[in-house]
Amino acid sequence: MANAQEHPLIWFQGASCSGCSVSVLNSVSPKIQNVLVDEVLPGQHVNLRFHQTVMAGSGEMTLKVLEDAERRLAGAYFLVMEGAVPTAEGGVYGTLGERGDKELTIADQVEELGRKAAAVIALGTCAAFGGIPAAAPNPTGCMSVKDFFAWRKVEVPVINIPGCPPHPDWFVGTVAGLLLAGLPKPDDLDALLRPKAFYSSMIHEHCPRRAYFDEGKFAKKLSDPGCLLELGCKGPVTHADCSLRLWNGGTNWCIGAGSPCHGCVEPGFPDVLAPLYEKLDEATLASVGASGRKGR
Amino acid sequence: MGKIIIDPITRIEGHLKIEAVVDGGEVKEARSTGTLFRGMELILRGRDPRDAQRITQRICGVCPAIHGTAAALNLDSAFGIADKIPDNGRIIRNLILGSNFLQSHILHFYHLAALDYVDVTAVAGYEGSDPALNSVKRFIERGELSPFVPRYEGDYRLSPEANRQAVAHYVQALDMRRKAHEMLAIFGGKMPHDVGIVAGGVTEVPTIDKIAAYLWRLNEIRDFIDTVYIPDVLAVAAAYRDHFEVGRGCGNYLAYGVFDLDGREADLTKRQRFLPGGTISAADLRPNDLDATKIREEVRHSWYADSSDGRHPSQGETSPQPGKDGAYSWLKSPRYDGGVYEVGPLARMVLAYARGDGKVRALVDGALAQLGAPVEALFSALGRVAARALEAKLVADALADWVLQLKPGEPVYVDYELPDEAEGMGLADGPRGALGHWISIKDGRIANYQCVVPTTWNASPRDNRGRPGPVEQALQGVKVRDEANPFELVRIVRSFDPCLACAVHLVTPKGRSLGEFRVF
Repeated sequence: MANAQEHPLIWFQGASCSGCSVSVLNSVSPKIQNVLVDEVLPGQHVNLRFHQTVMAGSGEMTLKVLEDAERRLAGAYFLVMEGAVPTAEGGVYGTLGERGDKELTIADQVEELGRKAAAVIALGTCAAFGGIPAAAPNPTGCMSVKDFFAWRKVEVPVINIPGCPPHPDWFVGTVAGLLLAGLPKPDDLDALLRPKAFYSSMIHEHCPRRAYFDEGKFAKKLSDPGCLLELGCKGPVTHADCSLRLWNGGTNWCIGAGSPCHGCVEPGFPDVLAPLYEKLDEATLASVGASGRKGR
Repeated sequence: MGKIIIDPITRIEGHLKIEAVVDGGEVKEARSTGTLFRGMELILRGRDPRDAQRITQRICGVCPAIHGTAAALNLDSAFGIADKIPDNGRIIRNLILGSNFLQSHILHFYHLAALDYVDVTAVAGYEGSDPALNSVKRFIERGELSPFVPRYEGDYRLSPEANRQAVAHYVQALDMRRKAHEMLAIFGGKMPHDVGIVAGGVTEVPTIDKIAAYLWRLNEIRDFIDTVYIPDVLAVAAAYRDHFEVGRGCGNYLAYGVFDLDGREADLTKRQRFLPGGTISAADLRPNDLDATKIREEVRHSWYADSSDGRHPSQGETSPQPGKDGAYSWLKSPRYDGGVYEVGPLARMVLAYARGDGKVRALVDGALAQLGAPVEALFSALGRVAARALEAKLVADALADWVLQLKPGEPVYVDYELPDEAEGMGLADGPRGALGHWISIKDGRIANYQCVVPTTWNASPRDNRGRPGPVEQALQGVKVRDEANPFELVRIVRSFDPCLACAVHLVTPKGRSLGEFRVF
């Protein structure tokens, strides 16, 4: 037991709702306790050193955990960033802890933690693309992790795992990949740095209501059978395997519950894809659908 | 005089700092400050009103279901269909929200609060065959104990055996809260951020197989609540009895009520609800009906322009004024009829108890008798923890009845016309307390959207008359035995189950010293 390899992991929350954390708790196989307590792969143990919602300690001692990781574990730890990075007005819209008499901004901490990390997982749509807090008018200057690192000139491999929230399998599968095979090869990620293993298929391609679409049978109000395109479904422009994987232990998924897909894994969520219950206009359908890459 | 600063307070949702001025080992004054601002109300402006139902859930990933519920009630009222939601729709909304009550309460006790009372390292000495405990034992033997250390030291009182049992239940509770989310997803599509609750009802049509799948996940969780959760809370309470005497707070309680039993009454404050709304004071335990027009938000000690002071939320505005003289927080101070009120499970249980609800009386009196504690013990740090556990049982038992009231094949949703101009109000109680949403629609778009959330009530700063908020009052006068390990303070703060993500639309950077505030 003693010779298991420890993989330190720092989980840091920025402008987030904690929904990504809660979603990862819903992992079924492995269960979250298998990921954090057991050796998730034989001889490999994920050592969760910092997570604000989970860790026992409070206050200053928790900040020492971060400083200690940067000093002692540089280049060895993975950073999971949940939430976007607030950058307006010098970053004062998000702070965590203080050093001396000075508040530490989340932005500066993410920068420092990012510089010393072996790799960064930008977990959730806020971290990956800006998401809800970066939606217009973006009151706090929220940036995605990738954009923030480009601006602060932090060079570190970034893997985006978008979703509002992301499916726990997408996260656990990506971590298992890092432990088994090291950093993803360029061909493992799409142009938006998402693992192709989870984000290459389009919701619309594997939708159980696809036959309705092909036959031109469209639901006219929510709770009706039929394709949900007219009610705002973003499935034709959304890349994720929800329809095959299903959510919450395989119980259901959005379209399974009669709701249109909102495209929550895409960079256009929520602004480009809004209004969420209006049919995609032809121009957006074309621009997003053609490339699948409509950025903000 | 010394100052204890705890930043960050962990094991709550979001970013919170607590600052306590201590003299002779006793807290003289406390301030709570949130440290993140996203500006959700600003983001909502100009959008399609229906999108508020989805976007407000992203205020909080721990309790999105109550934001979804309050937003749907808000839109129902704005769209003129508050009295037209089909029974199936009303019931499924309750099933979705109720599932998350169970998830949230179990998560709070085991995964957020318990580490203040339970010593995980006691598992090192375990000699038995429980797979979960042996798994934790191997974890300890590997030598990397995070995230369970570092921690405050010196006040873990359970016996080694009781500690080990609590740790086994910590692990089991992870499964239980996950299954509560599975229940929710059966009718809500996915969780967090369900898609099932919408203005007009819900999207999911009930079928027999979904009813059975929901019921049997629920039954497993009911067993857990009855045989594990409530006994564990009572065991912790017995070992930490002095925490029935700390953290009393303001002594006034407010709830909007939750779980609609009637869909034909458009006025939410008159609607029959499983957990009733109202206000009540610990001093006389006489319940009063709620009058939503008496809510005001005061901002004298908040970084908002004085022009927004004293407004009803329907007229509320979010106009930040960082560095405002005399202000120290970005939470506003919601007040009811001019008074300071606590919200949450304790408020709901006390109201139902005082209104004579037989089941609540039996549960509360039974727990108090087992502990040999008087009714006054409820108004405390441990009282909040106990109220939460008993409420989990009440809600779980009710869900088992409601799911069988669904009628497959009957409607779940009523369609509506989007109005060009309208006003709406949505009031309901979430796991952490009373939540209000208010909307104003102009030209078919959101002109103004305001949320007054549970943690804003509980963690509010001093109001215009200088009266501290409920958390601040609960910390005042507390004796801290060891200032380096202020267990008492974090136990009290966590007993409120604060959710700063919910308050963040009001909360922004703190400034301990306004002179150093460096915003603009």
